[in-house]
Amino acid sequence: MVRFNMFLLLIAVVCALGVVTSQHRARKLFQDLEGEQERARQLDVEYGQLQLELSTWATHPRIESIARDRLKMVVPDALGRVVTPPVPPVKAAPKKGAH
Amino acid sequence: MVVRQRSSRGHRFTESPVLQLALQGWRSRTVVLLLMAAFGALVARGFYLQVINNDFLQEKGDSRYRRDIEVSASRGKITDRNGDMLAVSTPMKSIWAIPGDARTLAPDQKRQLAALLEISVRELDGKLGSDKTFVFIKRQVPPETADRIAALKLTGVHQEKEYRRYYPTGEMTAHIVGFTGVDDKGLEGVELAFQQSLLGHPGSRSVIRDRRGNIIEDVRALKPPQDGKDVRLAMDSKIQYLAYSHLKTAVETNKAKAGGAVVIDARTGEVLALANWPTYNPNNRQHLSGAQLRNRALTDTFEPGSVMKPFTAALALEKGKVRFDTIINCAPGRLTIGSATISDAHPHGALTVAQVIQKSSNVGTAKIALSFPPKEMWDMFNSVGFGQAPNLGFPGEVNGRLRPWKTWKPIEQATMSYGHGVSISLMQLARAYTVFARDGELMPLSMVRLEETAVRGTAVFAPHTAREIRNMLEMAVQPEGTAPKARVPGYRVGGKTGTAYKVEGGVYAKKYVASFVGVAPISEPRLVVAVMIDEPSGGAHYGGDVAGPAFSQIMGGALRTLGVLPDAPVQVADAKAGKAPL
Repeated sequence: MVRFNMFLLLIAVVCALGVVTSQHRARKLFQDLEGEQERARQLDVEYGQLQLELSTWATHPRIESIARDRLKMVVPDALGRVVTPPVPPVKAAPKKGAH
Repeated sequence: MVVRQRSSRGHRFTESPVLQLALQGWRSRTVVLLLMAAFGALVARGFYLQVINNDFLQEKGDSRYRRDIEVSASRGKITDRNGDMLAVSTPMKSIWAIPGDARTLAPDQKRQLAALLEISVRELDGKLGSDKTFVFIKRQVPPETADRIAALKLTGVHQEKEYRRYYPTGEMTAHIVGFTGVDDKGLEGVELAFQQSLLGHPGSRSVIRDRRGNIIEDVRALKPPQDGKDVRLAMDSKIQYLAYSHLKTAVETNKAKAGGAVVIDARTGEVLALANWPTYNPNNRQHLSGAQLRNRALTDTFEPGSVMKPFTAALALEKGKVRFDTIINCAPGRLTIGSATISDAHPHGALTVAQVIQKSSNVGTAKIALSFPPKEMWDMFNSVGFGQAPNLGFPGEVNGRLRPWKTWKPIEQATMSYGHGVSISLMQLARAYTVFARDGELMPLSMVRLEETAVRGTAVFAPHTAREIRNMLEMAVQPEGTAPKARVPGYRVGGKTGTAYKVEGGVYAKKYVASFVGVAPISEPRLVVAVMIDEPSGGAHYGGDVAGPAFSQIMGGALRTLGVLPDAPVQVADAKAGKAPL
């Protein structure tokens, strides 16, 4: 009887330790998750800032002044334009190496 | 000596009669009872704590390690139809202090803090010297700077997260996008009109923190955060830029007070561009004046002048009163109705109806208008949207002024036919022209991008009427018309000039509003562009000279941007090459 009780006690102790370790590990993992989520939020913020930066660099007045002043581009006049009629959608892909 | 006698008789110690005295039974029972009672009290207390008073104790316990934290949500972005950013929120920090706590800071620490915040130590001292319990040291601090301040671990100095709204396109789109005030509240433009959907709703969740402040367990989410929804406008930022920059050029070269330009997609009724001058930079809103803030195209009405003539002509065609080639005698350039006389800027002889539009004859238009009853004209004006706001859901949209027809006198009916005595906004005018661009349908307008590519409007005129008016509009930009400067090389365009006197204090002043509204390409109209220049004072004041060139540049650029096929043979243009934006 005594031996059986000792055996049960041992099981109880092992179970208790198991609960403690798994709880600890769960919390560790949760902290990692939390950290990663925080990182995701930060990256999201950074993405927003980069988008902002992109659109600030790509404003039309800036593009125009660079095209005009630095690259010396001009708008072609009506005579300098050739209009190509829209290509009708190709039904079958052209064969490779067709002569 | 009884005792001695008994012991002498050899009694054992335990049998001593003294010790043999029997205990009274009640004593032991009392002890047992007391022990049981104490035990019962313990059970009762346990029951009380565990069952009856559980909630209170649980709460007390939770408050030791459980925290409800707020999860922030950001305001939605505003983008143009192609996804280019027009308004974005980024997180910032505000640095605040409890002056009572922060007075203990060492001079060295103060210097560091002031240097990081880019303010003077004196300014910092001034703020910390306040006798309030809470003071903002600096708001809208970039997060990196805030992190470095946090690393200094200054007592009494705290931070709070907040958002700042940025408008990368700045003054170019200021009147459409608008801006927000403190606490993410939209104050103008789309920011105000779409406040409800743009607004983010912060959530909260309940967590368990350990001694070091780390979150170690998520108990439950109390309220999930909801980020604001993004708004995708109908505006095309490239066309907007064209409209903005050419409007600005037109206002500056004509030394005008103000101006407005609107571009509408005739297929869907989407507003592709809406520009006003003067404008403002929404990122820096100090010293703003009302003139800068005004969204003229929507909130200001003006007497449109001759741009109204095509509507009168269309009604006459529709009712079968005239044909496009009916001759109307406009000589000698004057017409007396009652006690008033109306006149043409340049006297004409006999003109066809088409030429009346082409040459913009007031006399001719008035004669056409007087051939039908006031009610028919009122009905037509009303059905093309005059007198009603364009219903864009925009703040400050106006109805314009269209008086009830019963009060019209003949002279008023005559002047209204060429755009005096009624007032409308530029947006209403541009919308009304969709009836000519769309074979007689008035389009509903939309500020946001629509998914469908073909929207139906309400029929106002018959398709053949609209087509005939389109041909007349095209004649107006021919060399014999009023606006040869509005032509666009490569495209057939048509439009109407307007040069109206301004009303000041109830009388017509010698100030003008020059306008031009047109559609293109004539063979299958895609765009309606309306340009209005307020008080040009650079010499020219006719709509064709002032607003025509701006129209030509905006229309040409927008058609190319949209990839609309040219429908006119390419001709040598008088537009100076290299002046147009790319």
